[in-house]
Amino acid sequence: MMHLEQLPPWAALIVALFVVIGATLTLLGGVGLVRLKSFYQRLHAPTLGYSYGTLLIILASMLMFSLLEGRAVVHELMIGIFIMITTPITLLMLGRAALRRDRDRKLGHDEVVPPRNRTEPPIETEDEDETKAETGGPQP
Amino acid sequence: MTAEILRFALGYAQIALILALALACWRMLLGPRAQDRVLGLDTMYINAMLLFLVIGMGNGNVFFFEGALVIAVLGFVTTVCAAKFLMRGEVIE
Repeated sequence: MMHLEQLPPWAALIVALFVVIGATLTLLGGVGLVRLKSFYQRLHAPTLGYSYGTLLIILASMLMFSLLEGRAVVHELMIGIFIMITTPITLLMLGRAALRRDRDRKLGHDEVVPPRNRTEPPIETEDEDETKAETGGPQP
Repeated sequence: MTAEILRFALGYAQIALILALALACWRMLLGPRAQDRVLGLDTMYINAMLLFLVIGMGNGNVFFFEGALVIAVLGFVTTVCAAKFLMRGEVIE
């Protein structure tokens, strides 16, 4: 723990502030993950930790090791860029999987998909559009 | 004085991250459906990675960074495989 005394005071304060705010935001994301009601709401809660928590703790770590070693330590940026690239991919795939599972559950897990007709649906959609336009037009 | 503040901040951050890890673990054990469990597992990976970074800052040891990087990569692969399994019923088509 002797390395903490070697930091200049302003850097120690900035590092402490960043670490405290990042850890608190991650904890709030965890609280939201437990307390929110539906899955699609819970999907949004831990992204606090993914974005703000990772960003602030990585910035604090970069600042601290750069000042301690007297050179620019930027290898924490690798974690940051990796998280920045992979988080949207994972959460998008998870959300699509949840949507598909919900649809399958409404169909009763029978995997019965209604057949797609090439000719009739355009006529139906045109009728729906016309009825929507008729009913939705005068209301506002 | 500032070293004391920094030490207190690092201790608080470790406790907060462990609490967040416990909450994500609670959601993983409780989760009503499978996608909730996968989301809780992914959150646990990210929280463990942040915890490793904070512990490495407290020790002044650079090698915790390597562990954090490995945890991040494993978390990504795990969550993508679990999501593909939930979506299709098989991982590799």
